[in-house]
Amino acid sequence: MGLAMTESLIELKSLRCERDERVLFERLDLTVQAGDLIQVEGPNGCGKTTLLRLLTTTSADFDGDIFWRGKLLNGGNGATRLDYLNQLLYVGHLAGVKKALTARENLNWFCGINQGHQRCSIESALEEVGLFGFEDVPCHHLSAGQLRRVALARLFLTPARVWILDEPFTAIDKQGVANLESLMLEHASGGGCVIFTTHQDVKIDRIRKIDLHRYKGLAAA
Amino acid sequence: MNVYEPSQNRNNQDSTIQAQSLNTPGVWSGFWATFKRDGLIAVRHRGEMANPIMFFLMVITMVPLGISPEKAVLAMLAPGMIWVVALLATLLSLDGLFRSDFEDGSLEQLLMSPQPLYFQVLAKVSVHWLVTGLPLTIMAPLLGVMLSLPSAGFAPLLASLLLGTACLSLIGSIGAALTVALRKGGLLLSLIIMPLYTPVLIFGASAVNSAVEGFPIGGQLAVLGAFLAVSIILAPLAAAGALRISVNG
Amino acid sequence: MGWQWFHRLGSPRWFYEKTNAWIPWLALLSVALLLIGAIWGLGFAPADSKQGNSYRIIYIHVPASFLALAGYYIMAISGAVGLIWKMKLADMVMKSAAPIGAVLTFIALVTGAIWGKPTWGTWWIWDARITSMLLLFFLYLGVIALQEAFQHQATANKASAILALVGTVNIPIIYKSVDWWYTLHQPATLKFTGESPIDSSMLYPLLTMIIGFYVFFALVLLMRTRTEILQCERKTRWVKALAGGQAS
Repeated sequence: MGLAMTESLIELKSLRCERDERVLFERLDLTVQAGDLIQVEGPNGCGKTTLLRLLTTTSADFDGDIFWRGKLLNGGNGATRLDYLNQLLYVGHLAGVKKALTARENLNWFCGINQGHQRCSIESALEEVGLFGFEDVPCHHLSAGQLRRVALARLFLTPARVWILDEPFTAIDKQGVANLESLMLEHASGGGCVIFTTHQDVKIDRIRKIDLHRYKGLAAA
Repeated sequence: MNVYEPSQNRNNQDSTIQAQSLNTPGVWSGFWATFKRDGLIAVRHRGEMANPIMFFLMVITMVPLGISPEKAVLAMLAPGMIWVVALLATLLSLDGLFRSDFEDGSLEQLLMSPQPLYFQVLAKVSVHWLVTGLPLTIMAPLLGVMLSLPSAGFAPLLASLLLGTACLSLIGSIGAALTVALRKGGLLLSLIIMPLYTPVLIFGASAVNSAVEGFPIGGQLAVLGAFLAVSIILAPLAAAGALRISVNG
Repeated sequence: MGWQWFHRLGSPRWFYEKTNAWIPWLALLSVALLLIGAIWGLGFAPADSKQGNSYRIIYIHVPASFLALAGYYIMAISGAVGLIWKMKLADMVMKSAAPIGAVLTFIALVTGAIWGKPTWGTWWIWDARITSMLLLFFLYLGVIALQEAFQHQATANKASAILALVGTVNIPIIYKSVDWWYTLHQPATLKFTGESPIDSSMLYPLLTMIIGFYVFFALVLLMRTRTEILQCERKTRWVKALAGGQAS
């Protein structure tokens, strides 16, 4: 703890993003430290998904700078980007689960293309999300909620430090929501950070909320 | 223990979050992970593997019906027709190369993994070729018999199709990557890829034609090999760039 | 400062205002060159020894084919600039160049057919140049179709840029392959440009036409790009002022 808890993981400096001639947000400054839980808020269409896309380096369409542990992420530095992606986990709207494969095969692939390190076995990860016994069931037999839980099992498998979650509470029941909340808290307490969006009320006290609407620019001159 | 509750004893492992700087597994293990996965999916959808072969067979059957069943005419048309229909069968199967990954979010996950996209694309295209191009190549001699292809043409047919279908899969992946985000991408994909296919078609068909006429075909095969080499190097790069654009848009 | 100029060049508004004065001059120059070249070539240059007067179509066909190919490279290069340096203006130039190039390719094909009729008796012949030109036409159509297919303009531009670049790499390969293919199948025929060196009395009007076509291409490209700028920037203040000023 101590120093590690106040380490600045991600820093956004004067971030500006335009889409279709509209300025989504500008002059966005944000520092994400180890232990932070950050909720990105704002009405629909204000750029929450776009901001998450910038944070996952899927999109490079922005002005400003993003720093990962003090080093510049955008720009040509491949090593920093690789280091960042090694520490990144994203769970979005789409589950990223192939229906023709079983849960175990899907998660095997996930581990194979990411660090390959696992914090626990695939069986225990699936057990954690309540899919004990479903490891070898082809995913087209699973319901939408169960598919969602296979996607969430990645949270248990990955040693990644930065979690970026887009609407993680959709399609799971109240008990699942409570478990996910405590999981996020646990992750943050352990030195990681979570950046997420959600429409639901989250019952965690230490959330920092960023209202993207406040950074909305005027129409382009 | 209630299976829903987060396990208590994981706290001990949390120190690993802070301590280690994680290394990616090598690019080849990432390649194999995707190769195995795509291969597994192809095997699970075994029935679909038959589609390009059936298409091949049925269209070739239309040739004598539509043109002429005379041996001499068929023999003259055979090399080119087999090549053209193999090309069309490959084109039709390309749309599904990235589409299902795009729709269920796996493509997104690939973009965010530390694995270089080049090798991931190469893995997917390899499986596509094994499932489409290779069966077409193996099927081709049978169709040669049906179209009265002279015996000198069989080995060149196999060799040229082996090299050529691999090129077609690689070049086609660029089109598939460009159109994956479009709802009705299939026909547009064919339109943008076809001009790029013509050099492969020219040299592939000519290899078989020249062999039938008794000429050596080392030159044509060498050119096809060169096309394959260049495609392996450049096509996945272009496809990777196109995939990033498609997912982003 | 070098980068400042480069960035200003990328500003659509700066480009629009700067090129206001160029249009009349370019128009004048291109019309003059085209008229001179056309009258000289079609009227005054001597008749060809083998083909008589029907060869005169090359005064349109050859410049059109040159421009068709050059147009593709211009489209690909501006697409690449737009992709790498994220310059909006470059994307607009690429988008404008595509249909112009396609039309020029079409003109080249049609004039090629017109030339073919009296020379070989058929409207269409699968020789190396016409076939290559046809494939170039397909490449253009592909880029245009891809542009139109995307709803989001920025994505459309990036995707077309990649396709145009892939096409650029392939064009020499396609041309060489078709050339080689043609040598396998052709009997002894007339080549379009002939084996004998072209006589200077035919060369100069041809050169005039070629330069005239280039200038005309630049003119039309400029005009289309300016229209594209107005279209893309229609929500900005300076465009609204422009439109408002003209309306009042």
